[in-house]
Amino acid sequence: MIWETFVLALRAIRRNVLRSFLTILGIVIGVAAVITMVTLGDGATEQVRADISSLGSNMLQVRPGQGFRGPGGVRIPSERFKISDAQAIEREIAGLQAVAPTANRSAQAIIGNRNWPTSVMGSTNDYLRVRDWPLEHGRVFTEGELHSGRAVCILGTTVVKELFGDQDPLGAFIRLDRLSCQVVGVLSSKGQSSFGQDQDNMVLVPLRALQRRIAGNTDVEAVMVSAMDGVSTEALREDIERLMRERRRIAQGRDDDFHVRDMEEIVSALTSTTRVLTALLGAVAAVSLLVGGIGIMNIMLVSVTERTREIGTRLAIGAREKEVLMQFLIEAVVLSSLGGIFGIALGLGAAALGAHLLGVPFVFNPGIVVLAFVFSASVGVVFGFFPARQAARMDPIEALRHE
Amino acid sequence: MNDHAPESINGSLIRLEGITKVYGSGPAAVHALKGVDLKIDKGEFVAVMGPSGSGKSTCMNILGCLDTPTAGAYRFKGVDAGALSRDQRALLRRNFLGFVFQGFNLLSRTSALENVELPLIYRGVPARERHAMARDALHTVGLTGWELHTPAELSGGQQQRVAIARAMVIEPEVLMADEPTGNLDSTRSREIMELLCSFNRDRGVTIVMVTHDAGMAGYAGRIIRFLDGLIDSEEPGGGYRP
Repeated sequence: MIWETFVLALRAIRRNVLRSFLTILGIVIGVAAVITMVTLGDGATEQVRADISSLGSNMLQVRPGQGFRGPGGVRIPSERFKISDAQAIEREIAGLQAVAPTANRSAQAIIGNRNWPTSVMGSTNDYLRVRDWPLEHGRVFTEGELHSGRAVCILGTTVVKELFGDQDPLGAFIRLDRLSCQVVGVLSSKGQSSFGQDQDNMVLVPLRALQRRIAGNTDVEAVMVSAMDGVSTEALREDIERLMRERRRIAQGRDDDFHVRDMEEIVSALTSTTRVLTALLGAVAAVSLLVGGIGIMNIMLVSVTERTREIGTRLAIGAREKEVLMQFLIEAVVLSSLGGIFGIALGLGAAALGAHLLGVPFVFNPGIVVLAFVFSASVGVVFGFFPARQAARMDPIEALRHE
Repeated sequence: MNDHAPESINGSLIRLEGITKVYGSGPAAVHALKGVDLKIDKGEFVAVMGPSGSGKSTCMNILGCLDTPTAGAYRFKGVDAGALSRDQRALLRRNFLGFVFQGFNLLSRTSALENVELPLIYRGVPARERHAMARDALHTVGLTGWELHTPAELSGGQQQRVAIARAMVIEPEVLMADEPTGNLDSTRSREIMELLCSFNRDRGVTIVMVTHDAGMAGYAGRIIRFLDGLIDSEEPGGGYRP
C-alpha cells in the first residue's frame, strides 16, 4: 500500500513536471545554498589548518597589547618589547628551538625606475628557523651584519620578480625608502597565506638595520618563538606568560598587557568566523526552506482542489480517511525530498566548482547532506499535512459532484 | 464491521425501514426523504426513477453507504449500516459495493488497467494478482487490447466499460449505478445496459440503477419511482430483452 502510494505520488508529480519543479525550486535553492556554503566553509577551514601546519604549528607569537578581545574589549596601553625581552625568553625558557625578535614596516622597494610596495621585516636568522623557511640561494646574515645592523637584505620571490625580472639580484643594491641595501639572499617561495596575503612579498633585513634606519626606534614589535619537537605549545605559552608578567611587573589579578598567540588560536578565531557565517547562512536557508514549504503547501492545496473528483472516487470505492491522507502526505514528502535531493546535488556541484575556483580543498560532509535531506523531507510532512487532511476529510458525495 | 454477517432473516440483501434524511435544521430544513421503506433481494435488478429533487439520489447515497440516514434503519446483509463509522462504511463499500457514475469518474492520465486495479490496491491485493484480475475484468467488458490506453484515448462507451470493470473487479454484492448511460448515445447506452444485464443474469450481482430514461429502466426487473421524498410507485420492469 505504501509502495503503491509512493508510485502514485511519483506519477502525480511526473504529470505536472514544470509545476512540480517550480514548487520545489525554493527547497532546491535553500538546500543547495546550505550544502555549498558548509562544504566551502569546511574546505576553507581545512585549507587554513593545512597552511598553518605547513607554517609550523609549533610557532608562538608574543606581542605587547591584548589579544583578540572582540568588540568592547578595553585596550590597555602597554609598554613595547625591547631586544632584552627576546633575549630573556631565549635565556629563561626551556624547550625552544628558535627565538626571533621582529619588527615590521611597509616601504617602497626601489631599483632604477622600478618601484614596488613591500613589507620590510627586521629580524635575525632565527626568523627563518622559526618559520621553517629555507633560502632559494644566496646566504643568511652574518653575525657581524646582525650586530652592527648593516644594510643587507634577503628578498622574497615576489620582490625579486617585480624588481629584477629574470635577472640575478644577488649583490645588487636596492633602496627601501631611503635606506640603500645590498641583496645577499633570496627566499624560497611560500605562496599565499591562508589570509590571502602574498607571503613572498617581503624583504628581510637585520633587526638593527630596521630599527635604526627605517623605524627610528629600538622597539621589538613581536617575538616569534618555535618549540622543539615534542614540547607542547600550551606549556611554553604558560612559561612565557609567567616570565613576561614578571619582567613587566604585572600585579596578581591584573590582566596581561601582552599576549602569546599560537596558531591554534588563529585557527579557532578563523573557525569561529566561519561558524558565524555558517549560522547566518543557516538562518537564510531556514527562511528559504520555510518559503519552499509554503510553496509546497500552496501547490498541494491546488492539487487537492483539482483532484476533488478523484478523491471522491477513491472514497467511494472504499479508501479510508487515513489512506487518502497518506496519499497526499506522501506526495508532499516526495516533492520536498526531491527538492532536497536536487538541492544536495546542485549544492555539491556548486561547492566542487567553487572549491576549484577558490583553490580550497573539496571536503564532503556526509552529516550536512543527511541533515539537509531529513530537513527537506520533514518540510514536506509539516506543510503537506494540512492539505492532505483537507483531502481526507472530504465528503465523498460532495467530492463526486464537484465539477 | 463483520464480513460474515448473516443474511437478513427474510433473505433481503437491502432493507430500508422508515428512512428519513433532513438537511439543515429549523425552518430552513429540507426533508429529502420522508420515511422510505424498501427491500431489495439478492440478484434483483432495480431501476430507481423520479424527477430531480424527489429524493432518489439521496436514497442512492444512503444505499451506497456514502451517506447516513437522519432516522430509520438501513440493514445491509443484516448489518445496521446506519450506525457504522465513516471508516467502517468505507470498508463496507470496499468489500461489497461497486459504483458506476454518470461521469465515469476514471482517473485521468492513468491507464484503463490501473484504473481497474484501484479498488484492488485498497484491498491490498498483491501486484501480480491485481494485474491478472484487472485484465480479466477488462476482458469481460470487451476491452481486451485497450488495457494501456488512458481515458482520454477512449470513447465514452469504452470509458464507462472501464468504470464497470473497476466496479466489478471486486465481485461486489451490489452494483450502484448512477445514471450510467446519462452521457452516452442510444447505441452505446444499449450496449452498456446489456453488459449490466449480463452481470446481473450470469453472476447474480444485485444492481440498483438510477435513471431518467424509461427505456433504460425497462431493462430492470423492478422499477421504483420516487416523488417528494417518498416511494410513489413500484412496478415490474421489462426484465431482460433478448
